[in-house]
Amino acid sequence: MAWFKRQKTPLTAEGRRDLPRDVFDKCGGCGEILYRERFLRNFGVCPECRNHLRISAGRYVELLADPGSFEEANAGMTSADPLGFADRKPYPDRLEEARRKTGRNEAVVAGRCRIEGIPASLAVMDFAFIGGSMGSVVGEKIARAGRCALKEETPLVIVSASGGARMMEGAFSLMQMAKTSAVLARLHERALPYVSILTDPTTGGVTASYAMLGDFNLAEPGALIGFAGPRVIEETIKQALPPGFQSAEFLEEHGMVDSVVDRRELKSAVGQLLRHSWAGWKPRA
Amino acid sequence: MSATPHLAFERDIVDIEDQIAKLRNLASKHGLDVSDELRVLNGKLEVLRDQTYNNLDPMEQVQVARHPLRPYTLDYVSGVFTDWFELKGDRRYRQDEAIVGGWVRLNGESIMLIGHQKGRDMKENLRRNFGMPHPEGYRKALRLMKLAEKFGRPVVTLIDTPGAYPGFGAEERGQAEAIATNLREMARLRTPSISLVIGEGGSGGALALGVTDRILLLEHAIYSVISPEGCAAILWRSAERRHEAARALRLTSSDLLRLGIADEVVPEPPGGAHADWEGVMRSVREALIRNLGEIANEEPGRLVARRWAKYESLGAWAEDGAEPEGRS
Repeated sequence: MAWFKRQKTPLTAEGRRDLPRDVFDKCGGCGEILYRERFLRNFGVCPECRNHLRISAGRYVELLADPGSFEEANAGMTSADPLGFADRKPYPDRLEEARRKTGRNEAVVAGRCRIEGIPASLAVMDFAFIGGSMGSVVGEKIARAGRCALKEETPLVIVSASGGARMMEGAFSLMQMAKTSAVLARLHERALPYVSILTDPTTGGVTASYAMLGDFNLAEPGALIGFAGPRVIEETIKQALPPGFQSAEFLEEHGMVDSVVDRRELKSAVGQLLRHSWAGWKPRA
Repeated sequence: MSATPHLAFERDIVDIEDQIAKLRNLASKHGLDVSDELRVLNGKLEVLRDQTYNNLDPMEQVQVARHPLRPYTLDYVSGVFTDWFELKGDRRYRQDEAIVGGWVRLNGESIMLIGHQKGRDMKENLRRNFGMPHPEGYRKALRLMKLAEKFGRPVVTLIDTPGAYPGFGAEERGQAEAIATNLREMARLRTPSISLVIGEGGSGGALALGVTDRILLLEHAIYSVISPEGCAAILWRSAERRHEAARALRLTSSDLLRLGIADEVVPEPPGGAHADWEGVMRSVREALIRNLGEIANEEPGRLVARRWAKYESLGAWAEDGAEPEGRS
């Protein structure tokens, strides 16, 4: 007979005080706990410290396009695997994973819409899809957004968020820089305005092609914008970078963007620029 | 004195070259006839070179593209062209020595030649920044291209760079903007243009001289979105895996031709450009004269329209779940 009888009820950890992830968000800037509803209504801008959090491509469409005006194009376009690329994971598996995670087929959403009543071709990148990297589909959809603007003689607006070229498509991804820039050359010759909006982060091949080629470059506060990433630069020059290096404000100071604009004011800024510059816009009598 | 092989797979080749040199030396000193022995050794050398250079794996290919004895842009300037007049500076900030440019003459015709320039020793490399341009280099290149357009001369670019320079000043002065502007302006340049990758075609820094009517690659040149080391560090989390990365990236000249990006691969002499400068100069000269001849008299508007069509078709994708389209 046992002298002791072990109590069978196992120890239970007291519930960690995690926030219900679908109800609250935490601001990365000031640490404020934010009710998600309120946060989303504010388009991911912290009402306390004005920190701009990353938001999805869909949110930018809601933010910029007049309600109900956005007609998406080529939503079903998907990446082929032209090189048969595999690193630790085959490229098609990475794509599948990204599709499941984002509910999108690729790292860019594009279509036509109206912005403050002005017809425009709009493309928005999604950083959540393989770091917003530019492969053939991103290049082609950006090119088609440009061609749509050319065909319908409307302005073009692109919201960029990207880690750069998509290595898994090798030289094809490099050539998307040339491809998108070639379409912008045509827009340039036809004097159709192109507004480029740079959000956090915009780096690599996207910065060194269409993101920097706006007639007007707007950047969100605090966004990291550059060609080489900060870590690569630090490794090269063997010293730490000063705070604020490659921030939107740094770029404005160095003459690379026209204006740093609060996300909540982007739409009116775009509207104002298009009314000023686009010959096709006629003020109402 | 024996030469040092620069690459591991070159060791046997350099051994035989050594033997030949010693034998020649001996023969001239003592007045001996060694022509039979030389013939045997030269035959061996030829076979070995062919075997080695026809069977390079992609990472070895990268090493050849970076070979420190390969001719660089200024070597082609003196080996292929005449009448060189270097044009310096971007008229905005400074003269960038990682890109050289100026007038040259080929077959009697004036050409604007622009190319990345690497250095052969440490001193020269510091001056040339290892062939990695700052924004001023791209802006100078564009300035020269616009001059070529203005005076109705064709543009030839020679590409040979590890990539753009990831430094403080380069970012501060807008290298992304400088590259991007070159891409757009090259796409609409109303004069014929040819780019030839002579060594390393490294990413955006290479493409900034590369949006041209014709894209040519030397046989052992490479063109890539990222270095194999960089790719391995990011995707494999170890730069050691560069061999796998080099293979996966499809960066050799034959890959680029197959993908429809390169228009032509310019053959190199057996053993690569570094083994026979004169041979590669002849090859480059022939390719440039022929390609320029084919596009020199095109009406600029048609040239530009075809350039747009060419670049806008690059890529591989599938429409709404259908079979992949474009070139693949």
